Amino acid sequence: MSVQTERADAAPETAVHKSGEPPGGLDAKRQRIRDNFLPYVLLLPALAVTLVFLGWPMVKNGDLSLQNINRRQLILRLTEYTGFDNFEEALKSEQFWRVVGRSIVFTGVNVILIMVISTLIGLLLARLGKTMRVTLQLALVLTWAMPIIAATTVYQWLFAQRFGVVNWTLDKLGWHSMADYNWIGSQFSAFFVITLLIVWQSVPFVALSLYAATTTIPGELYEAAALDGAGGWKSFTAVTFPFIKPFLFATTFLEVIWVFKALPQIYAISGGAPDRLTETLPIYAFVEGVGNQHFGMGAAISMLTILVLLTLTSYYLRIVLKQERDEL
Amino acid sequence: MKRSRLGRIWPNATAIVLAIGFVFPVYWMFNTALKPTGDILTEDPVWFPSHLTFEHFDTAINAPNFWTLVRNSLTVTIVAVALSLLIALSASFAIARMRFKGRRGVILVFMIAQMAPWEVMVIAIYMLVRDADMLNSLVPLTIFYMVMVLPLTILTLRNYIAAVPKELEESAMVDGCSRVQAFRKVIFPLLAPGLMATSLFGFITAWNEFPMVLILNKEDHAQTLPVWLYSFQTNFGNDWGATMAASTLFALPILILFLFLQRRAVGGLTSGAVKG
Repeated sequence: MSVQTERADAAPETAVHKSGEPPGGLDAKRQRIRDNFLPYVLLLPALAVTLVFLGWPMVKNGDLSLQNINRRQLILRLTEYTGFDNFEEALKSEQFWRVVGRSIVFTGVNVILIMVISTLIGLLLARLGKTMRVTLQLALVLTWAMPIIAATTVYQWLFAQRFGVVNWTLDKLGWHSMADYNWIGSQFSAFFVITLLIVWQSVPFVALSLYAATTTIPGELYEAAALDGAGGWKSFTAVTFPFIKPFLFATTFLEVIWVFKALPQIYAISGGAPDRLTETLPIYAFVEGVGNQHFGMGAAISMLTILVLLTLTSYYLRIVLKQERDEL
Repeated sequence: MKRSRLGRIWPNATAIVLAIGFVFPVYWMFNTALKPTGDILTEDPVWFPSHLTFEHFDTAINAPNFWTLVRNSLTVTIVAVALSLLIALSASFAIARMRFKGRRGVILVFMIAQMAPWEVMVIAIYMLVRDADMLNSLVPLTIFYMVMVLPLTILTLRNYIAAVPKELEESAMVDGCSRVQAFRKVIFPLLAPGLMATSLFGFITAWNEFPMVLILNKEDHAQTLPVWLYSFQTNFGNDWGATMAASTLFALPILILFLFLQRRAVGGLTSGAVKG
């Protein structure tokens, strides 16, 4: 998703292999046939491994979702097709819809926070002097580079019930009931920690790219706006925002997809605790399928999750492709 | 138009607060990993440890299987990234430089593949790998990681190849190079930065991957570092010093790579739409 919305060289490159070939002649003919096949030959390995190792599990997932596979069937390697029973059961269960609702709220809250905070930081970066800007950028890059599992472990330590620095700080600030607070003891506080972690991890990428996008805005536009008497807010709405809008739109979708399928963070922080109240769809599928060994059921829930993600993805790709016609 | 004093101060003040807020968890990881246990489990946190110790790193490194898992992680990651670079190089050359029927479709396939919800497909992958009797092996992990990072590798590399002026290649061919030679001698050297940036993101993805290895490789000797780190806390309980030392060991290679390659990478990244 590049931000240069006004790339000039929109025309696709003309093929190199057309240059200077005399027509006719057996060698030339053979050469032409080879050139016609060459791109496909070059693409073959990539397409083959993608279709096999991505397509096959996808098909297998569909196949599993139509079966009744629990521990017994797994060990005895039995295949019991039950039609759409798994889907029916999932769609009729109250638990499933609660998880769906929770996933939507969770994704919404996270994405809104990520986008608002990133936009503000991106704009702030554009206003800062060089030293401060580099300092903040460095902090963001360090955060961005933190591996997910390392970050979740660190957050568990920050929010540890005993000796955790967050509880200590809250206690010192006068909120004494937080001194020995168990953060994954309640649904709300567990989600609070997970949200903070995900927002903290996601903001740097968006903020830094957004800042990079604002640097491509021609300075004359601001000068013109200033000449017309535009203040800070006005020049933002008239110049900056229209420029970064396509970027924001596409990134929002991307974040929706990423947050919706976030698994390691939730799994490692709470594992769905307390009482499976922090399970989102991917965790729910994982716990049902692998944890409770209802593989068919898990696959059916995965299938439904994939359906949601595919819809989101196709919207996202449409946005991106509309933006960059030269991409294809 | 001169800004007021306040107008000059608040952006800097906000920036400092934000920088501290973002860096703090990373700092706290290093801080905890490096201070003696007596300074970790205290009534009041020790913000700036007076003396440093490597005892926690000792504990982490001497944990059972540590070096096996390091080897596993490195093997899986490096092989997966190298293979995907190799495959991507030929594919992205075709996409960037040639015109053929179905080109748009091919790009679309990779764009969709890049968004593939691997996290949600682990159950099916588990079944496939089990049926092939390959549980607790590094081979399926390597293959799936390779496929996982491949689409992004192709889409990013394509931009780097397209950025190399076509005339360079053409003049090499006029001078008598074959197409393969032109690629090897002209394009390839110019691609070095692109290859580095691309492999960085592949490396991060494969190094971080967690759900798949969690379910496929349950045996201790076949796991990778993310699972080790995830279970470290379970194994070591409240030994936060050792846990943070383990996190540090896991994060350090990525932090270093990232700081070195970040500037180049951001460009490639924004064009490929990834998150580390």
